[in-house]
Amino acid sequence: MIKGNFIDNLPKVYGIYTGGFLAFIIIMSIAEQMGMTAKTIGICFVAFTVAIYAIIGYLSRTAQADAYYVAGRQVPTVFNGMATAADWMSGASFVAMAGGIYFKGYGYMALLVGWTGGYVLVASLLAPYLRKFGCYTVPDFIGTRYGGNLSRFMAVVVLTVASFTYVTAQINATGTIASVALDIDFKYAVYVGLVSILLCSMLGGMRGVTWTQVAQYIVLIIAYLLPVFWISNKMGAGFFPHFMLADEVSRIAELEAQFGFVKNSAENLKEVPKGLAGITKAHSAVNATPWAFISLALAMMMGTASLPHVMMRYFTTPSVKAARKSVGWSLFFIFLLYSSAPMLATLSKLSLIDPSLPTGIIGKSIAEVQSIDWYQNWNQANLMFVSDFNGNGTLELNEFFMGGKAVVLATPEIAGLPYVISGLVAAGGMAAAMSTADGLILAIANAISHDVYYKIIDPKAETAKRLVVARVLLVVIGFAGATIAALEIQGILGSVIWAFDFAMSGLFFPLVLGVWWKRANREGAIAGMFLGLVSGAAYLVWVRTGGSGFLGITQLTFGIFGSAVSLVAMVVVSLMTQAPNAATQKMVDEVRVPAGKSILGKQH
Amino acid sequence: MSKQEQHWEKSKGLLMMTLAIWFVFSIGIFLFGAEMNEVTGPFGYPLTYWFTCQGSLGIFVLLIFWFANRQEKIDEEFGFSERGDD
Repeated sequence: MIKGNFIDNLPKVYGIYTGGFLAFIIIMSIAEQMGMTAKTIGICFVAFTVAIYAIIGYLSRTAQADAYYVAGRQVPTVFNGMATAADWMSGASFVAMAGGIYFKGYGYMALLVGWTGGYVLVASLLAPYLRKFGCYTVPDFIGTRYGGNLSRFMAVVVLTVASFTYVTAQINATGTIASVALDIDFKYAVYVGLVSILLCSMLGGMRGVTWTQVAQYIVLIIAYLLPVFWISNKMGAGFFPHFMLADEVSRIAELEAQFGFVKNSAENLKEVPKGLAGITKAHSAVNATPWAFISLALAMMMGTASLPHVMMRYFTTPSVKAARKSVGWSLFFIFLLYSSAPMLATLSKLSLIDPSLPTGIIGKSIAEVQSIDWYQNWNQANLMFVSDFNGNGTLELNEFFMGGKAVVLATPEIAGLPYVISGLVAAGGMAAAMSTADGLILAIANAISHDVYYKIIDPKAETAKRLVVARVLLVVIGFAGATIAALEIQGILGSVIWAFDFAMSGLFFPLVLGVWWKRANREGAIAGMFLGLVSGAAYLVWVRTGGSGFLGITQLTFGIFGSAVSLVAMVVVSLMTQAPNAATQKMVDEVRVPAGKSILGKQH
Repeated sequence: MSKQEQHWEKSKGLLMMTLAIWFVFSIGIFLFGAEMNEVTGPFGYPLTYWFTCQGSLGIFVLLIFWFANRQEKIDEEFGFSERGDD
């Protein structure tokens, strides 16, 4: 299937695949009618989709370096866009984003603007030029543009710090979903998740990851959009929620004014299980200062442009022109999910807090709420909690608590959708987390195998040996990530945001100035990467250990400080040292023109 | 000025324009978030809320495609475009 004119047959292959998946959903819903248990449906969904990814991973096996590292540079724009969207949208986007919007409102929406706006920087500043360069990895660009093993090695360090921070969260998410859907202990589920991830990437490298990510995108977007549209229609909110929820949004504002945001005492809050939150922020009103919003958005945008697992997806397109267009398609496919998350948050919140709706629980008696089936289920799963703080017997807005994940996971059940939807959502979450984890693990393993092993340690290594090293590293890094994920140190979303800050601290300016400023030289780039990463990390540690911070830069936006230091260090050191030689300057000139040969050869 | 320099000047001009539009919809408008939210935007949503849900996001998608087309035109104008692929 993956041979010969596979590329020409892509629309057909994935068309059949999508049809097959829809048929599978229908079969499952018939099975549900016939009495299949919820647990079996969950297992079927996760097992079926993961098995398909494993088959695609197996069919994409390869023994060639350029297929392993950059999928042979023949991925068409639209499909690369889908793969990038899956690569990009993590378990956090899928499971936690709507919840973040639900609880934090406007202040959180900065992430939506940041995680999309960053692609404008990717398209205009970097992707086409790095594609022209012809590199296999991001450190490959840094190492060739600036020259020297130290600059290459520094880039690998920054890449590893940022990606590893990110990947533990993704493996954690696959573990969470696998443990719920397959009903096994989290400690083991993490490794089930890991094995699924490695099945996609081990044999085919970037080629395997590309074609599984396209398949994963199709699953995750169906799993996200179908419930949103269904719930909206079922509630009578409008058949196309994105254009029709204005009344619902203003109704929420009305209810917020009516109930008020009552602050709970610290003593009362002690009762609430860890990780759950109440509704304390306005839904659609502006509840953050301009700088709080803008600084977070800016950090996420610059981070987007510096994250290697996204950048390397644009190395797989057939041409520079295709790389540019492909960024547009990527963002379009991301937009489909991101613009739906606020709608899901709106529907979820209104269905819970509006007393005039049958699903509304605010204003009902506590005993009545506690006897609802879905409340009991999600209370048991530690994602919902009510308590009668003021002792009046009825549930008030400030007495209802929920986990962020519940918005995506529980809303279908609350709205009365069949269980097949919950199975679908589990498969979608698994696809989102797996695809991102694959991209990240591959980015780290490729950088270490190509840039450290091949380019620095053993430049004479044969292709077969290089690919063995690459695969061993893939497994080692996967296991390291899973081991840390099993420790459950920190929440999913926090570590994702840190990854952006680390990446922008160390890599944003060395990458951008490498293309846009000819005078940038090796010494400047090394100083920029080193001081940027160190100062960003130091700022994070300082704020985490009780430091007050300055200029309103928080632990979520420390990359703004890190990248500012990086910029200053890079410019000052570059100007103090010798300008790059004529060959390097000529190389930069060539990068700026789409036509002609790439800087690095097809096999390098 | 050589052909290559002219090409780069034009490309830089396009970059500046792209970044200016990007700046307006990712940063500029949110300086006035509170004031703008008083206005009713498309489909009846409060305006700032609409920008964060759909507006800015959609504009970025269009902006990238517009940028890609303009850059292709510039490349063609100077004969620097690649052939035979898409």
